[in-house]
Amino acid sequence: MIRWTAGLKAGLAGLAAVALVGLAAPYLFGEAAQQLSGAAREGVSAGHWLGTDALGRDVLARTLVATRLTLLMTAAATAIAGVLGILIGTTVWVAGPRVRETGLRLIDVMVSYPAVILALVVAAILGAGPVAAVLAIGVAWSPAFARLTASLAASVAGRDFVATARLLGVPPYRVLTRHLLPNIAEPLLVLLSVAFAGTLTALSGLSFLGLGVQPPAYDWGALLDTGLEAIYTNPAEAVGPAVAITLTGVLAGFVGDGLAAGSDPRAGRGRDGWSPSAPVPGRRAPDGALLVVDGLSVELPGGVRLVDGVSFHVMPGEIVGVVGESGSGKSLTAMAVARLLPDGVRATAAGLRLGDLDLTGRAEPARLATEIGVVYQDPSASFNPALRMGGQLTEVLRRHRGVGRAEARERAVKALEAVRILQPETVVRRHPHELSGGMRQRAMIASAVLPGPRLLIADEPTTALDVTVQAEVLELLKEINTAEGTAMMFISHDIGVVGTLCDRVLVMYAGRIVEELPVADLRVGRAAHPYTRALLAATPRLDEDEERGPLTTVPGRPPAPSARPGGCAFAPRCPVALPICATDPPAPVPTGEGRSAACHAVGVPS
Amino acid sequence: MRLAAENLTVVFGHGSRAHVALDDVSVGVAEGTTLGLVGESGSGKSTLAKALVGLVRPRTGRILLDGADVSALRGARLAAVRRRVQMISQDPYSSLNPRMTVGQAIAEAIDPRRADHRRHADAVTGWLETVALDGDAAARYPHEFSGGQRQRIAIARALAAEPEVVVADEITSALDCSVQAEVLNLLAGLRERLRLTMVFISHDLAVVRHVSDEVAVMNRGRIVEYGPCRRVYRSPAHPYTRRLLGSVPAFPLQESR
Repeated sequence: MIRWTAGLKAGLAGLAAVALVGLAAPYLFGEAAQQLSGAAREGVSAGHWLGTDALGRDVLARTLVATRLTLLMTAAATAIAGVLGILIGTTVWVAGPRVRETGLRLIDVMVSYPAVILALVVAAILGAGPVAAVLAIGVAWSPAFARLTASLAASVAGRDFVATARLLGVPPYRVLTRHLLPNIAEPLLVLLSVAFAGTLTALSGLSFLGLGVQPPAYDWGALLDTGLEAIYTNPAEAVGPAVAITLTGVLAGFVGDGLAAGSDPRAGRGRDGWSPSAPVPGRRAPDGALLVVDGLSVELPGGVRLVDGVSFHVMPGEIVGVVGESGSGKSLTAMAVARLLPDGVRATAAGLRLGDLDLTGRAEPARLATEIGVVYQDPSASFNPALRMGGQLTEVLRRHRGVGRAEARERAVKALEAVRILQPETVVRRHPHELSGGMRQRAMIASAVLPGPRLLIADEPTTALDVTVQAEVLELLKEINTAEGTAMMFISHDIGVVGTLCDRVLVMYAGRIVEELPVADLRVGRAAHPYTRALLAATPRLDEDEERGPLTTVPGRPPAPSARPGGCAFAPRCPVALPICATDPPAPVPTGEGRSAACHAVGVPS
Repeated sequence: MRLAAENLTVVFGHGSRAHVALDDVSVGVAEGTTLGLVGESGSGKSTLAKALVGLVRPRTGRILLDGADVSALRGARLAAVRRRVQMISQDPYSSLNPRMTVGQAIAEAIDPRRADHRRHADAVTGWLETVALDGDAAARYPHEFSGGQRQRIAIARALAAEPEVVVADEITSALDCSVQAEVLNLLAGLRERLRLTMVFISHDLAVVRHVSDEVAVMNRGRIVEYGPCRRVYRSPAHPYTRRLLGSVPAFPLQESR
């Protein structure tokens, strides 16, 4: 869908005005443009705003009258370019793989020829004249469309819905018109408007060179040609057509820009003002806690709270798991702690500190970089593919710890060895793509623990990995925890993974922590909060009974961050909801040693 | 056997860069049952799925649909056979055309040529209700639905072609746990109601166990273990199966009451 940006509106309105001139001018000024007066090559005057030409005709009238022919020729050439190019592009794409390969190479060669030179060749073959010029420019611009169509079609054709259509028996022609073309229409429209501006200048150029429109007919290019002869006696004569060409080209460019910006669904989401929020302090963390998070909220500029008053702590050497479904705010919580929130969201907290390092203010970059290590989900995206592993592993050490090159490398090799990467000396010289996914994730872990952080934040570090590799990575994290005493925050949607690795588990739902419990309780299913219980019941298990009944599911979906109910966010789906749940958000209540649940129904006999 | 692969070998590329994606694979799925395919990335399970539905052409071996070899068919006869085996793919965001309403997408499955959603409105509503969606979903576009709902739409579209076999390729791996549970329950219900024959592919061993009658464990393009679900999970014979099962971060898990 195209959104109407200001540039797009201005461009379209301007082009419409130009088209209107093209439509009306020949009737209004047709005579004036042909009228010979005795005053040849006269300068600007009240009677002739842009002066007169060699035969004494009014230049302004001629420029306005020429609009029609120029626009018609430009539109025709653009249409030829578009239709021919899209036709070639789709044909090449629909044809078999061999034809496609050759066709694409040929199109590449055509694209690399400047359109005007190609047009000159065509015009030379067909002879000078408006039809030849239009054909020449149309043909010369078509490779651009062909290439765009072919490469866009290739990207769309790889998507699953095209394969599905083939399986359903949709005929190839319909696949093209129904699935391919609608999905590539916007970039083609953008190119169309660019091509309009391009063909306009190219056609004017051909006419200017005398290869386009022949006298007595005239377009802007021809007017420019005659105007240029008199540039020293009457500069205004050349200015008229020049301004017309430039203005129309710029307007077409506006339309192209507007289309490009308007068709990007990510651009220009409405962001209104900031709403201040007073952080609400949560509960006291135990003494000696390494990471203390108190009343952390993360919100969008509109005031929509993605994370809503989260309080927790991590003890030294402890592995705390954070589980929740997508949109629960678990990653945002972790990224707020690491000070790595994406642009546009803002965090507030009553307190946020790592040991003696206050994370709410302007934390020193060097301390942030060395005291918090982060392992991301996708090991293929977390390294820069253009740089060798060695440099990326040692960056923090050399930048923030002032370690020399040789020593940093030595430590990187040791760190790789520690994460059980074979031949670490050769791995530091490699590029990321030369390592397997599991190796890269281990290297990521090595790089995160290399500066000796006090806290390691791992955001779904095993989600992209195979089970056997996942098992190895989990074991590795456990080893690092045991050997170095590194505290960890481990974020995962997989309750099984969290149950294997962590000491204590936080369960998040709709931006809040709903339950905190030791992992031993989670393992045996001793959860107090109805959401945690629902999550456990919905997970298929390896050792389930042979007679598989349906998995227990909770109807409904988590509320959108902007539409969370006033009370407990889980209440609308909760099987044990009480009247109070709809109105009052529940506070965490202790449910035993080291456990708490934010639920009004906890402790109430059902 | 409703759908079977016999000595299937699929090779990508040529010469020294040739990669054997499937190596002499034979599996079958009987009417009304579900065959689970498990394996890690690169094991060839998705290639096998594509070969079964005819999106990948095997180098040697045969695909038998109701005993008839369909792997050598081309053109119109291939198109006629294709509709009998449908595939549901992993990513609910790329499996639906963003420019077509849900109704049009399902109408296309009913009538691929004309895809007239007005004429098939009743059938479209029926299929949407089969997957527990409202009939008025037909007028909306895919981006208006959540991941789980889109996967339901994809299932409805596959069923609307009234296939004899459905190949489900990692259809729950992009979904949240509770949504996955809903989709799995939906499939279980459909299996019973429509006597659906299904090939269910997943890297998640627990999910495969939950839905399958028989299971084939794949590793590096080969099937290393193949048998009734219960037997394979209870007493895995192949070391790779044992390693796979041992890697699952499972709970020691009884539900304490």
